[in-house]
Amino acid sequence: MIVPIDLALLTLIVIIALAAITVRDLLSAIMLLCAYSFLMAMVWVEMHSVDVGFTEAAVGAGATTAFLIAALSRTVRWEKK
Amino acid sequence: MSEEKRIRERDVIIETISRLMIPFIQLFALYVIIHGTKGPGGGFQGGVIFASSFVLYLVVFGLAAAGKRFPEGADTALMSTGVYIFAGVGLLCILVTLGTAEYLNYGFIPLTHHFEENRALGMDLVEIGIGITVMAVITEIFFNLVWKKEEEKGKGKEEQR
Repeated sequence: MIVPIDLALLTLIVIIALAAITVRDLLSAIMLLCAYSFLMAMVWVEMHSVDVGFTEAAVGAGATTAFLIAALSRTVRWEKK
Repeated sequence: MSEEKRIRERDVIIETISRLMIPFIQLFALYVIIHGTKGPGGGFQGGVIFASSFVLYLVVFGLAAAGKRFPEGADTALMSTGVYIFAGVGLLCILVTLGTAEYLNYGFIPLTHHFEENRALGMDLVEIGIGITVMAVITEIFFNLVWKKEEEKGKGKEEQR
């Protein structure tokens, strides 16, 4: 466990999570959630939990993003004010 | 209208790269399923990776081509096949020992002469069952999410799916 890498990853995760809930473009929000999942997978691997990180990378960054984009194709892209 | 056209357009770079990548994604998924008993990974993760290869195929080549490659009937059959493999291996442990071993106690399935090898093989069988079910379910969820729009556009062209 390397502390500087952990701190950098966790700071980036907090920034990305805040951006994902404040952004008004839903496609951008989905992409930010994908980046969030990927960084989260890196944090899991950093904590020596490779299995959880593997699942997070496969499900969170892969399948969920595809599902959310497919669901977004049924609705409008911009959130109402 | 321009957006509709952009969806239909075919890109030779994306198609070629996907054509090259999909077999390796599937091979990696099988590796993850088989090595799930010894290292990181397992049936669920391998199934998700295998399904993501079909998702990639659908995104690149469209619903009509993907539906031809992976029809809905086969999808439904695979979904239940995985569950039957899982339940069958579990019940086999009870059946071959006439009720003395527990459900999913793999060591008592007489595949080889060694208890540990039986256990490893049984675990692999169960992982394969889980992988098949997860692969079919996730592919089916994605197919159903994108289906309606294409169906309205094609006006019955996707009926054979």
